Amino acid sequence: MKSVHVDAVGLVGPGIASWPDGLQVFADESAYRTGESPRCTTELLPANERRRVSSTARLALKVAEEAMAQSSLDIDSVCSVFATCNGDTEIIDKICVALTEPERAVSPTQFHNSVHNAAAGYWAIAAHSRMPSTTVCAYHASFVAGLMEAAAQSQVEARPVLLVAYDYPPPEPLAASVGTFSPFAVALALSPDATPQSIRLRMETVSGYPVEVMKSDDLERLRVSNPAACGLPLLRVLATGVSGRVILSHANGLQLAVDVETG
Amino acid sequence: MMPADALIISACTLVNALGRGTRACFDALEEARGGLRPCDFDDADIDTWIGRVDGLEDEPVVAGLGSFDCRNNRLAQVGLRQDAFVERVAEVRARHGAARIGVFIGTSTSGVLQAELAYRRRDPITGALPADFSYFGTQNAMSPAEFTRRFLSLEGPVMSVSTACSSSAKVFASAYRHIKAGLCDAAVVGGVDSLCFSTLYGFSSLGLVSNRPCRPWDAERSGMNIGEGAGFALLEKMDGGVAGVALLGYGESSDAYHMSSPHPEGLGAAAAMKSALAMAGMTADAIDCINLHGTGTRANDESEDRAVMKVFGGGTPCSATKGWTGHTLGAAGITEALFAIGSIERGFIPGTLNSARLDPALSADVLLENRAASVTRVLSNSFGFGGSNCSLVLGAVS
Repeated sequence: MKSVHVDAVGLVGPGIASWPDGLQVFADESAYRTGESPRCTTELLPANERRRVSSTARLALKVAEEAMAQSSLDIDSVCSVFATCNGDTEIIDKICVALTEPERAVSPTQFHNSVHNAAAGYWAIAAHSRMPSTTVCAYHASFVAGLMEAAAQSQVEARPVLLVAYDYPPPEPLAASVGTFSPFAVALALSPDATPQSIRLRMETVSGYPVEVMKSDDLERLRVSNPAACGLPLLRVLATGVSGRVILSHANGLQLAVDVETG
Repeated sequence: MMPADALIISACTLVNALGRGTRACFDALEEARGGLRPCDFDDADIDTWIGRVDGLEDEPVVAGLGSFDCRNNRLAQVGLRQDAFVERVAEVRARHGAARIGVFIGTSTSGVLQAELAYRRRDPITGALPADFSYFGTQNAMSPAEFTRRFLSLEGPVMSVSTACSSSAKVFASAYRHIKAGLCDAAVVGGVDSLCFSTLYGFSSLGLVSNRPCRPWDAERSGMNIGEGAGFALLEKMDGGVAGVALLGYGESSDAYHMSSPHPEGLGAAAAMKSALAMAGMTADAIDCINLHGTGTRANDESEDRAVMKVFGGGTPCSATKGWTGHTLGAAGITEALFAIGSIERGFIPGTLNSARLDPALSADVLLENRAASVTRVLSNSFGFGGSNCSLVLGAVS
């Protein structure tokens, strides 16, 4: 496919509160140790909606807001692609528990917040944006599927697209099935055209290459346990500013090769 | 979209309360036979009607995909087995290679029923879910996409789209983008959603389900009925000489208004319809009929009516087909998009089953009875929670 351009990044992870924190982590990757997960707040969402949003949606909104605050793109022109493997398991857990009780009293607010596209819906409200938005899932490759969808949309429809990948650890008893231990989210503001601050990406599907891993044990654990973090090797290249090719796993042996061209 | 950019629907299949396969579904539409029944799903105690597919309890998924076994994937499997769909996909797989065919499946709740049932069987001491519960095989949103990919032996880009009730309309847009960007050469798109307690009790808690068969646009409409269904389509680039029904345009938008209530003026819905027409390179008068989202709730129909009037005026015949199937949620988009093929092939516009007296406060030209008509281009609407809107334009190409 033709190229897309990364105009801005938003990032949250254990001990990482922003993309500038991420730049420091990647500058000396082997020194990284899992830290506290930062408390995520949303600035753009109206106060009455802010009270209703869950930890999962706040995580997604935090990185979306950071990327758009740093972006040169006009927020009114930006489509969005949200990618999450597990969605809002905290709410799904509450609904499943309610359904085991005699009254089966499902909360109406929890029900509408349980949809996989809840964070996307809140983002549209926060950004006052009627632009197209989709929400995708591809198991552990959810970030990769989201990147392909966002890049394809940006290129084919010639418009800017905000990619937001996020996954939040589920509560018990789902935690035992899911295997995600720390919240992680990343947002990439993508433009079809180069901007003064952008880095160019070219992508193609390939197979049979060794997949990139992280140098720090804690980052590698994050990469393999949180589906939003499977793009960490790409973020490393974006952070270090050196051109190079990154191989990311998609599914069933399919891989996405991303050529990062800086400067 | 220039005709050369259109994607031809070279095979398709459906299953829902009307029956198994496109023929059974189109026959029922043409003969005005609905599929709704009083709610008899498991031990759900809700006074409503549902669109249920018979026999799923006795049809496990094929050996080798056992970890995917759940009502939702059983429904997907029944759909995949109709209309010689597997054989048609195999032909295209032989032509392009398995790695060049993408799989894009819409679902709202995937196999969450399996989690609901597992929660009933939690360990009384530890609270743990039973060991036979397969989260990734059943509950996870990706489950129907991965099941479909494996069932059809495909190896291209695969994902689920989960935007509530617009999910399986939006898969057409995702497939188009992937094909045009060169990430695959052809795509299987689909939608699968099955009955579960979350949606029955959840929509009920919102006061949105009717205790009668739903009556879209009726003055006395009182809500929706939940249905289950699956639909699949094989999308290919147009080669010279092919004829059939093609995806001519799509339009997507967000309401940016509320999580479960549509924008009262239908601004997001109108934007989606306008974008779909613009992409198809058409004005509103080129559309022969509209398949409304038409759930039968008071607010949804009002909002959509305003949106249709804004974009089309009152001159385009409209149908709401959820009175036949129930609202199949994440499968509704593709179900109703494929109903357009029935309209085009058989020359009729469906009426709006169960509705008897149109709401005088609504203005769209909603047909109560089936009408014989030459149909070549259809616009189909799908709107979902989170304010997610998608309109598709499908039409005959020769």
